[in-house]
Amino acid sequence: MMSLYTRRIWINRIGITLSMLAMSIGLIALLWILWTLFSRGFAALSWDLFTQDTPAPGSEGGGLRNAIVGSGLILFFSMLISTPIGILAGIYLAEYGRVSRFASFTRFMTDIMLSAPSIVIGLFVYALFVVTTGGFSGWAGSLALALIAIPVVVRTTENMLKLVPTSLREAAFAVGAPRWQVSLKVTLRAVKSGVVTGVLLAMARITGETAPLLFTALNNQFFSTNMSEPMGNLPVVIFQFALSPYDNWVNLAWGGALLIALLVLAVNIGVRIVFRNKVKR
Amino acid sequence: MFNQPMPDQAMPPDENIALQVRNLDFFYGDFKGLNNVNLDVANKKVTAFIGPSGCGKSTLLRTFNRMYDLYPGQRAEGQIIFHGKNLLDKSQDVNLVRAKIGMVFQKPTPFPMTIYENIAFGVRLYERMSKSAMDDRVEWALNKAALWGEVKDKLQQNGLSLSGGQQQRLCIARAVAVKPDIVLLDEPTSALDPISTAKIEELINELKSEYTIAIVTHNMQQAARVSDFTAFMYLGELIEFNETGTIFMQPVKKQTEDYITGRFG
Repeated sequence: MMSLYTRRIWINRIGITLSMLAMSIGLIALLWILWTLFSRGFAALSWDLFTQDTPAPGSEGGGLRNAIVGSGLILFFSMLISTPIGILAGIYLAEYGRVSRFASFTRFMTDIMLSAPSIVIGLFVYALFVVTTGGFSGWAGSLALALIAIPVVVRTTENMLKLVPTSLREAAFAVGAPRWQVSLKVTLRAVKSGVVTGVLLAMARITGETAPLLFTALNNQFFSTNMSEPMGNLPVVIFQFALSPYDNWVNLAWGGALLIALLVLAVNIGVRIVFRNKVKR
Repeated sequence: MFNQPMPDQAMPPDENIALQVRNLDFFYGDFKGLNNVNLDVANKKVTAFIGPSGCGKSTLLRTFNRMYDLYPGQRAEGQIIFHGKNLLDKSQDVNLVRAKIGMVFQKPTPFPMTIYENIAFGVRLYERMSKSAMDDRVEWALNKAALWGEVKDKLQQNGLSLSGGQQQRLCIARAVAVKPDIVLLDEPTSALDPISTAKIEELINELKSEYTIAIVTHNMQQAARVSDFTAFMYLGELIEFNETGTIFMQPVKKQTEDYITGRFG
């Protein structure tokens, strides 16, 4: 009896030790990444980073202005495309097509899209959009990123709407409201902060995507706000500069990496604030 | 028809009947939830539905505004005559039915919007009116639900900020605001404290002068207090239906007597 008990204590100890070990390996890796990123990134931070464009090979200094603006534009338009499509599709899945064949097919496709390698999406947009429109462009970049963001928005919107109690939905129908009004004005409103969270997380997800932009927006050494031209953007600049032999380029890459990390961090913290306020009320 | 309500006259004329339920069967998939229910819901009276859990009283109520339509697999067969038409007909516009037959649920379900908008939402669906007319309507509806005095200074606050009892009266105001003929109450006080319950019961007494009210309740005293007619249901069948006084004092069926004396259920 006693030996069985001691045995259990030891198994427990071993289990805890192993899981602590696993956790610390993960945590050490994360902290290491953050530490490197912050120490190298902050060293590269300067006013020039925001006011000057990416330097030509061999020239001194330079900044990331064109890439920051380009990334901002591409992100903005990709969210502009993906938010309405994603939310409407999510409403369809949760409110209209709970049991229909077409809905379960859509749900299945969304799941596939969620885990599709982003480079495949980049290639897809390259073949269908870049080749047919005759060149790399900011629009192509937005489109590729939107394709990655849409399934994220669809899934969170659907999951959030499914949390709406049946009683609320029935109550809205009970005053004689047609389904579209019930969905848009009552149930979607009830989970507004959850849906906003989904949109923000989708944005965080695509902020650092590099592969799809390589094939679509490509890069642009010069400042440009023309979405029909190749456009500078942070991930591709980081990719190119980090591999370059020039010290100032490598520095800029670290600076850019820090900017992206800070943006994603800000979005995540923002999401938590949005959600916490909701819960309090 | 032995189940016919017998008010003052022997046979009530048609305008005294708000809903005629005829040979109503209801199915949850293969399960038969209601079996050949026949009854008349009297106009501008309170009809209470009592019976043990699962007896089909809520199911019956939910056929009156076709709430079951939201769920594939649920269906009703038979007739429910409302204004001379069978509201179970496929051709019947469900949304219009629901605008004429309002419903209040067990749990208060304010919409996630302001108190004002909670009322205006339903009204806007079927009526176009000026801002001032809408203001009047909102005030009128909140007065009907005896809530105006408590919320008149916070119409722009979220409906969810009210207490449970207030939320339930807001839901009643919302149902009344669209000027329905019938108001269905599905256990409207089972989630409320005794004081809020008393207020709702008072409200039911006032509303019945203008609306036909059908109420499902687990609370027999409540049925006795607020209703003019009571239907006792058991296992999907309407066992006995009569004036409330008769049901509680001289029930004809043994099952009814057993239930109201607390011997089962």
